[in-house]
Amino acid sequence: MDYAAIVVLEILYMIAFLALISAGLAIVFGMMRVINLAHGEFVMLGGYATIAAAKAGINIYFAMLVISPIVVGAIGLVVERLIVRFLYGRMIDIMLATWGLSLLLIGLVDLIFGNTAVSVPAPIPGYRIGHYQMGGYNLFVIAVAVLLMSGMWFALRYTRVGLVARGAMQGREVVSALGYNPNTIYMLTFTVGAALSGLAGGVMAPLTGLLPSIGGAYIAKAFITVITGGAAVIAGTLSAAALFGTVDQLVSFASTPVFGEIAMLALALVLLRLMPQGITGQFFRNST
Amino acid sequence: MTGSGFGIGRIRWNWFAALAVLLAALPLVSETNTPTLLAIWALFALSLALMWGYAGILSFGHAAYFGLGAYTYAIASFNIGESTVPFVLALIVPAIVAAIIGAMMFYGRISDVYLGVMTLVVTLILNRFMNATAGDAYRIGNARLGGFNGIPAFPTLNVPGEPSMEVYGTFYYYVVIVCLIAAYLIARWILASAFGRTLIGIRENELRMELLGYNVPAYKTAIFAVSGAMAGLGCLFANWAEIVTPSVFSLGQTAEVLIWVIVGGLGTLIGPMIAAVALGSLKLELGHQTTVDNSLILGAILILVVLLIPRGFAPTFVAWRRRFAQSQVHRRQARGTRRRHVALQEAKQ
Repeated sequence: MDYAAIVVLEILYMIAFLALISAGLAIVFGMMRVINLAHGEFVMLGGYATIAAAKAGINIYFAMLVISPIVVGAIGLVVERLIVRFLYGRMIDIMLATWGLSLLLIGLVDLIFGNTAVSVPAPIPGYRIGHYQMGGYNLFVIAVAVLLMSGMWFALRYTRVGLVARGAMQGREVVSALGYNPNTIYMLTFTVGAALSGLAGGVMAPLTGLLPSIGGAYIAKAFITVITGGAAVIAGTLSAAALFGTVDQLVSFASTPVFGEIAMLALALVLLRLMPQGITGQFFRNST
Repeated sequence: MTGSGFGIGRIRWNWFAALAVLLAALPLVSETNTPTLLAIWALFALSLALMWGYAGILSFGHAAYFGLGAYTYAIASFNIGESTVPFVLALIVPAIVAAIIGAMMFYGRISDVYLGVMTLVVTLILNRFMNATAGDAYRIGNARLGGFNGIPAFPTLNVPGEPSMEVYGTFYYYVVIVCLIAAYLIARWILASAFGRTLIGIRENELRMELLGYNVPAYKTAIFAVSGAMAGLGCLFANWAEIVTPSVFSLGQTAEVLIWVIVGGLGTLIGPMIAAVALGSLKLELGHQTTVDNSLILGAILILVVLLIPRGFAPTFVAWRRRFAQSQVHRRQARGTRRRHVALQEAKQ
């Protein structure tokens, strides 16, 4: 019984983790059809922002929930203005340029913080279920993911900004003809996407510790979640995260975490082959 | 893609011969360890340049086949001892894996972006798996996969049929150079054949080729497999390093070969090879100091090339030279007209 509860909790945590690290990428990909291969490094920068702020004596919750998104959002804005905006419509070139950016950021962080692991203790103590010790901070991650996803859903569905954003997804020309500048929309979308990546990095920092190269651990998982999810930002991310999170944890419990990850990646290959439009291209067609 | 990337052109045999002589004479003036490594990298760049530059297939996981070649060689040579069969296997295994993965993608009509992600995922699976294979449970025949530490001390290349005569040093350099030249000529031969021309047609307009009756997925799968086999010459890298570790499957390895090809230029073979040698030397040079990280420089180069010269150096250089030649012609013509004009005036007087 205790064991079942732990398995369920771990699955929920994995789903939350996937949804969290994919949210920023999903917005940028869903709305702009831009693949940002520097996404993992945005998450990594969010982590460093949180740890640097926490070391400077700032409250850690404030650091991860406010400072990280602002810092990484600003970096995203600069990147969009300097690099990405020249490449819209050239999908492969954007992938290449952002891959270059990813290498550049790894090198820069290596230069500034050094190639050593830094960490910050999780601010919530663990608790016990029966004989098993559980990380209390995992529950916080689940809560943040739930709040973030419902917030995004609400914003896209019921606000003016969300309406314009969804309009821009479907018809750039129409939105432009109605008086909204698509360039501004793209700029803001990329910035918001970067800020969400920063938030994910900040929230995950106490659990993972940080290295300049940690982005590589996020990028593949975020990618398969977003691409398998398909065009609908919220429904796609959630359904793919639920599927991959469950498979990953079940296989991990049955064998080792490495094989959990391999099973998840292999499942992604099969799904991409069967449903090139993603889960939401096949099911839940009219969702957000 | 238009202009210089379009045609294949003839091999300039005089340039080719000069370069071959230069490469053959190199051991007279320098040590051969570094040049061998650079030539292996050039081979790797050539395999991707063939597929990406001419068939328009961008793989974000070409390191998978490089690494498979290296691992296949190491495992097979432990079990067989003599190196000829392992060497051949190191070309066949990546080709078969590439054919399976390629068929899965191309017959599924996966778009560019999804193809990129899928190839990346394949590489990651191999990387994760090989990292996890520590311990006695993971062995193929006599070869322990060794997990993160890789497979050290396998029998290296020997003269075919003579296991006691190992190939190393300057001799090994010549073996690599011969492989490089052979691979280059094979690539040129493929491109000049009907098969190669069809591939270029697919790159230019896939739908049109499809409507003309060509079986596009079959062509793409075939070139994917050929490129995989060529990347399987990563077994030469295994022989050079005398160890294979999971890092042959890393994102860094994949990123590097992509950067060589795009910097060198799409739609040329020689450009990516030169870029591999140049950027490879730069990387080795940067490895000697610790202030600036290699990935910082590579990343900056990649961003700048995509933004400023998206066609890469070689095609840009060719276009620039052509424009220069054109302006010379214009100037000569202008001078001729002026002379005629003056002569006409004088004749009138």
